[in-house]
Amino acid sequence: MGKVVTKKSSYYRWRAREGYLFILPWLIGFCVFMGGPIVAAFLMGFTDWSMFKPPGFVGVANYLKIVQDSFFWQSLKVTCIYLLNVPINLALGLFLALLLNQNIRGQGIYRTIFYLPSVTSGVAVAILWLWIFMPDIGLINNLLSKVGIEGPLWLMSERWVIPAFIILSMWSVGGMMLIYLGGLQGIPTSLYEAAIMDGANFWKKFLHITLPILTPILLFNLIMSVIGSFQIFTTVFIMTRGGPNYGSLFYVLYIYFNAFEWFKLGYASALAIILFLIILGATVFIFRSSAKWMYYEK
Amino acid sequence: MIFGISSAKLQKKVSKFLVYLLLTAGGVIVAFPFYWMLSTALKVPGQEFASFFLFPRNPQWINFVKGWTILPFTRWLWNTVIITGGSVAGQILSGSLIAFGFARTKFRGRDFLFLVCLSSLMIPFQVTMVPQFILFKHLGWLDTFKPLIVPFFFGGNPFFIFLLRQFFLAIPSELDQAARIDGCGTFGVFTRIVLPLSKPALGIVAIFSFMWRWNDFLGPLIFLNSTKKYTLALGLRFFRGQLHVEWTYLMAVSFLVVIPCLILFFIAQRYYIQGIVMSGIKG
Repeated sequence: MGKVVTKKSSYYRWRAREGYLFILPWLIGFCVFMGGPIVAAFLMGFTDWSMFKPPGFVGVANYLKIVQDSFFWQSLKVTCIYLLNVPINLALGLFLALLLNQNIRGQGIYRTIFYLPSVTSGVAVAILWLWIFMPDIGLINNLLSKVGIEGPLWLMSERWVIPAFIILSMWSVGGMMLIYLGGLQGIPTSLYEAAIMDGANFWKKFLHITLPILTPILLFNLIMSVIGSFQIFTTVFIMTRGGPNYGSLFYVLYIYFNAFEWFKLGYASALAIILFLIILGATVFIFRSSAKWMYYEK
Repeated sequence: MIFGISSAKLQKKVSKFLVYLLLTAGGVIVAFPFYWMLSTALKVPGQEFASFFLFPRNPQWINFVKGWTILPFTRWLWNTVIITGGSVAGQILSGSLIAFGFARTKFRGRDFLFLVCLSSLMIPFQVTMVPQFILFKHLGWLDTFKPLIVPFFFGGNPFFIFLLRQFFLAIPSELDQAARIDGCGTFGVFTRIVLPLSKPALGIVAIFSFMWRWNDFLGPLIFLNSTKKYTLALGLRFFRGQLHVEWTYLMAVSFLVVIPCLILFFIAQRYYIQGIVMSGIKG
């Protein structure tokens, strides 16, 4: 009887073990810093743990409290209104990319300028825009007053604080624009030429060639900006800390306050799990619905 | 015909002009806040509102020094350099090892685990930050740099694992075979074939993770307590919270904090653009 080399032979097992070795750092990291914490957050959501006393099991009390928590609903509302920035930026980024894709000179310079805001971030940017949004003396209202318009109170106005953050998000649309541009440049010009010969005008070309081919990129940008919108923290923390009158109490900011300023760790964990489920649901929903409008190369 | 130009040609010229107009207007709007930051930084403190839009006639370059020395920014700069350097090194090291595992080796559950890795991108730090905080508290790592550096030696940001894996997949496996015939083990393939060919991708990982680590705020906020351990991000926020800080000094120091990222961007522009496009197209 001859020896048959099967998948279970020691060579294959050795090669498989090698693979595990290579990803070992990730396996450890995932369990310790990601998977483990998620499970821990899930469990902690059922306790009333605060920094001052050891955790006590309270079942679903936290979740019941959350449903009655007006700040919870306010923070959901704030975050959802802010989500309006996604369609605005998706369209703006595409518009700019389309402009840049015309044969123009200095494309590189424009690309650089538009991408510049994405390179800077964090506290410095937050402080800069705090300065820009100042009601009387800031840049925007100053400019507006020169044309005779009295600008709103921006970060000090409940109505205008979220639009202010949306404007701030539009400033960094350069990253999305670049991704669109990459996609646009991948569309073979022969398609457009054929369309022109059939008498297609700009709109027809856009709707029937450009847009369908861009749908995978649209999906990517959509998911990235939705996830990003749920994570906005530094700018809010520095510029408004959730004010005025909780008008900018973003969800993750509310989690932070509960955990690190009010020390309600159990409650904060419950909030975090809800966030996790919301993002999970949103992503699944986007993926499912994308089957209807995604275009695949046959 | 108008002025001897056909109407089709005229339409084309007008639309080209509109494109340039819109792009330039957009460019000015986008670049203006930076100009604004610099020009405010150079005004005489207390006179930020004089000649509002104009560049100051006698720019006070000394403001950079004066603002910087109001608080221990140099120490904070040093902290930020250590944390950023450590975490970027860890990210590159572990990211490339892990990505190689996902790209080049075969084992059961490989693609499933990669999917798991990728999906963890969706989870905001705020979901895991509380348990992580408690973990580090028990380890005694609070108020040290460890929570901000060590996780990056264990994979770090899955975005970079994804990027590197896609890049590795594109390297032809014939090169691997050739090396193995010469007696190279898998690790040898990693160090002698794949890594040297991946310099552009590694560069992109280095640049982006530098940027994100340098500007990180929430991490230092919850893991660092004592002022002397602060990073520049925390220090800037502390600065802003002081009473009677002139906007000129605030803008000056903010500008200094932002400068390394700007310089890095200008030097490595091509890598930035490539990185963004690669992530979007392959994503």
